[in-house]
Amino acid sequence: MIRAVASLLLAMLALPALAQDSMPPAPYAYNQLDDPRLEAEASALMQTLRCLKCQSQSIADSDAPMAGDMRHQVRSRILAGESPDAIRRWLVARYGDYVSYEPEVSSTTWPLFAIPVLVILIVAGVLLRRLGKRRNDAGEAA
Amino acid sequence: MIAEIGLAALWLAAALAVLQMVSGAFALRANEGEVNPLAIYARPAAVVQAFLAVLAFAMLLWAFAITDLSLKLVATNSHSMKPLLYKLTGTWGNHEGSMLLWVGVLALSGGLLAAFEKRLPERTMGATLSVQGFVALGFYAFLLLSSNPFERLPVPAGEGSGLNPLLQDIGLAIHPPTLYAGYVGLSVAFSLAMGALLTREVNPAFARVMRPWVLGAWVLLTLGITAGSYWAYYELGWGGWWFWDPVENASLMPWLAATALMHSVSVLAARDALRTWTIMLGVLAFSMSMLGTFLVRSGVLTSVHAFAVDPERGAFILGLLGLYIGGAFAIFALRAGAVAEGKRFAVASREGALVFNNVMLSAILAIVLLGTLYPLLTEAFDVRVSVGPPYFNPASAIFAVPMLLVMAVGPLLRWKSDTPRRLQFELALIAALVIGVIGLVSVFGEFPLLPLLGLGLAAALAVAAFLPLRGRKLSRVPVATWGMVIAHFGVAVSLFGMACEGAFSQERLAAVAPGGTEQIGDFTVTLESVTPVAGPNWTAIEARLAISDKGGEPVILNPQARSFWSPPQSTSESALLTRWDGQLYAVIGNQAADGRWQIRVWWKPFVTFIWYGGLLIGLGGVLAIAGRVRVDVKRRQASAKGDQRRADLEALGQASPVPAE
Repeated sequence: MIRAVASLLLAMLALPALAQDSMPPAPYAYNQLDDPRLEAEASALMQTLRCLKCQSQSIADSDAPMAGDMRHQVRSRILAGESPDAIRRWLVARYGDYVSYEPEVSSTTWPLFAIPVLVILIVAGVLLRRLGKRRNDAGEAA
Repeated sequence: MIAEIGLAALWLAAALAVLQMVSGAFALRANEGEVNPLAIYARPAAVVQAFLAVLAFAMLLWAFAITDLSLKLVATNSHSMKPLLYKLTGTWGNHEGSMLLWVGVLALSGGLLAAFEKRLPERTMGATLSVQGFVALGFYAFLLLSSNPFERLPVPAGEGSGLNPLLQDIGLAIHPPTLYAGYVGLSVAFSLAMGALLTREVNPAFARVMRPWVLGAWVLLTLGITAGSYWAYYELGWGGWWFWDPVENASLMPWLAATALMHSVSVLAARDALRTWTIMLGVLAFSMSMLGTFLVRSGVLTSVHAFAVDPERGAFILGLLGLYIGGAFAIFALRAGAVAEGKRFAVASREGALVFNNVMLSAILAIVLLGTLYPLLTEAFDVRVSVGPPYFNPASAIFAVPMLLVMAVGPLLRWKSDTPRRLQFELALIAALVIGVIGLVSVFGEFPLLPLLGLGLAAALAVAAFLPLRGRKLSRVPVATWGMVIAHFGVAVSLFGMACEGAFSQERLAAVAPGGTEQIGDFTVTLESVTPVAGPNWTAIEARLAISDKGGEPVILNPQARSFWSPPQSTSESALLTRWDGQLYAVIGNQAADGRWQIRVWWKPFVTFIWYGGLLIGLGGVLAIAGRVRVDVKRRQASAKGDQRRADLEALGQASPVPAE
């Protein structure tokens, strides 16, 4: 009896450990695609998708099970012939903008694109003011 | 007792900061050439304060060394079983300790400034010390009121809860103190800029006083970022060296501002131009280090580095940030008009190139700032967006590429005014190298645009860095010029490493049974065995990988998957095989149900050049400081000798008057 309880307890202890140590069921989580071109495509895409369970990690860099599932999704969809952009859109539709490290122009992200343009304009303005004027001065002096 | 000494020292230091601030301010009320009787306390106050703040930090260090578990900080962040080295580094591996380190370095640099800087006019010095005291006071208040490192527990803990294992690494021993010292060195530059602005003394003499502080801070930031990048690379186990993570950006932004400031202050010292520009960059650089501290310390980013999650503290630092930066910009706005523009120069001149690049650096800074703060801003409105490498890389490249091109040419230009026609050969050479290398690499395969540009620019920069030495007698080139050459060459080396890593990295993921073999690049990787091992505060499984290069003698690598028990956390310890032309990076993962082990191996060509470049840049900065200090000491010795001779002559003259010839 005691032995049975002990073995049951041991089994219960072992189960979560096993679950943790064994690979997730998604085969492409930790396996590369055979075609190096497709794998490069998948890997480039995975580098730019956020692991939602981690802090500042892409799914390519994370050991979290969810990242593994997402890698499997990305690789199997790439293998099925989907384009990286379509996969990104599908993931964004599912998880929101947060999943993609590559912000797209949208109602919430437009300042990310408008401000750099503004910065370029300011830079051009500052340079013209500071350097352009100088040329005139030099011209007048000469 | 130790903790009480530390706490008392902190309170006394805070009181002295008040004295320094008030006494320094009285210097402003003195008339030209006179000394206000109340202004003489600022210097001694700064020196004693430095001693007390360092004493407080030493006391905390001691408490960590002996694992004094009656201290709350030690009990929550240390463990008696930890190796001594990590007990010591654990002192600053937490919020309170790192803020105490920050304050200690701040007080120390203020003390050094007060003790050794005799070149500035007393009024400017008084104003500078006053500002420095004001800054220090804010941080003392922060420590004493909201994050007291010396808090006792009512009942001493039985055992400490340990330090985040990711931080139990030699990288942590170097990285944060270096960065902090850099941040704080910028505070001295800020105080000096404020002092000069308040007393209208923005001139080359002031720039020469400010320059070593800026250079020193910049060198420390450079080395801190380099160390941090390498630490992230090998310790976090994902083989990346930069991810534009907010914490990384928090250290990059002050560096960008300091880089611009360093060049600007050199122009001010050499040519008396760019006066307001230098002051503004001084304020900006310190603002960025305050912002960096705020981002990392307040817990607004929850990331590996952000240990503290406590909004009260965040609000406190934000308040300090607003006070100092708002105050500084207010003074700047009021006084900038009174500071003359300085000497003029043409577009095609060394000053022109430096202005261009300072504007580019500021623009990159703006992009990084935007990308870092924007997600935080939207998060406040419950909209979560991610900004990562696909945004930062191209957006910063828009400004970085022209900057690097101008950087290749700038040092070749003459001061004040030059004609591009004089540099026909050099310009042609640089253009040929950029285009040639890009063309050549494109022949071998299809690579992303940015690494390709990086390779071309790196080649051109590497050659251009040495062009200023052309036609000069090498033994007579000043040390500071060598510093510039080496630092610019370091940028090329680093850029080359980044571009190679981006363009040519290879990755191999595989589930391997012991005895199995995988191929990556020229290397054959054989998994010989997987065994359990144990360390002082962890257990691990360790793989034995035999790596053979083109069938040569195998080298053994031992990547580990470690499990720490206090606090319970697992880390992946990568194993690296370093060759001159790159690194093989191996990590062991989980075991599959069928008994095979997951291994992940990268071949990263020339990746080490990234950090070699960082070290070269730092070395260049050190040489620049050494060169300036040497010239300065020589000048002082010469003038001292002159004084001595005059005094001797006078003494002789009094003893036996020499008849006039």
